[in-house]
Amino acid sequence: MGGQDAGPVPPGEHDFALWEKRVDALVMVAQAHGLMTVDGLRRVLEDMGEQAFETMSYYERWVASLNENLIEAGAYSIEELGRKMAEVQERGDTYAAAARADGGADG
Amino acid sequence: MPHDHHDHGHDHGHDHLSPSGHPFRADNDAPLTYWQTMEIAVRELLIEKGVTTAAEVQAQIEAMDARSPANGAAVVARAWTDPAFKARLLADASPAVREMGFDIGPLKLVAVENTDTVHNVIVCTLCSCYPRNLLGLPPDWYKTREYRSRTVKEPRKVLAEFGVDLPDSVTVRVHDSTADMRYLVVPARPAGTEGMDEAALAALVTRDSMIGTGLPRRPA
Repeated sequence: MGGQDAGPVPPGEHDFALWEKRVDALVMVAQAHGLMTVDGLRRVLEDMGEQAFETMSYYERWVASLNENLIEAGAYSIEELGRKMAEVQERGDTYAAAARADGGADG
Repeated sequence: MPHDHHDHGHDHGHDHLSPSGHPFRADNDAPLTYWQTMEIAVRELLIEKGVTTAAEVQAQIEAMDARSPANGAAVVARAWTDPAFKARLLADASPAVREMGFDIGPLKLVAVENTDTVHNVIVCTLCSCYPRNLLGLPPDWYKTREYRSRTVKEPRKVLAEFGVDLPDSVTVRVHDSTADMRYLVVPARPAGTEGMDEAALAALVTRDSMIGTGLPRRPA
């Protein structure tokens, strides 16, 4: 990426959404517990290829990489992830509804 | 400290701005996305497996939210007023900022000084490495392919887009950050600030001036 041609730098900024902050936090937590490294994060990001930069947002790429690293580390299996994601989707159509697991512990 | 604002001539439509002056991004009330579903699932699996707790994740978020460019500005203001500190900072920034009480983890921090003849700018061409412990999370533009691609190739043009026009007599140095090595730009102390104390000086130090894409504010 460094050294390539590209258009003007887009000036926009936004405040991070809760789910984005959680992705960032989970990446830090996973590193603290020895389940992944910054290099592991980057390896998966780079493997995604350039089209991922057109179609996915920053923290979408991060959560995809986080998940890949955690499965490789054996933190959980892909089957467990699939079951959990289906269960989360059942809870509702918005992030707030879906994130509210048992007893509304969500912040 | 408020975020810096670049006047690129864009109309941001300031109808729905957050307290920090940025548009709110759709969050809890927008339709659930695939990747949000994955975040929830990953977090809950890690908690169920006993790897982490909801409290640890929340504490991490709060620690991150507490970091802001004010940390870096305090370091720069100290360097402007204390020559011995500045010498230590430029020699080895990691212990120098730790002596001010900033936790930067195991990172190697490198402080680079702007002068009348040298202007430094930082980038991460590989991803988004950034001195987040001193400046908070990187701004969106820092993470864009445009900034990452072009800053190492045509830095003067990129800087001009940020409103920093440098004469040819000024050497531009571009520093490419890595996972283990982060850079902090120490901007040149503005003229007319003689006699100002550290706190007043820190208020002049913008986030972008510590990335190199901006200059400090002028004293009022």
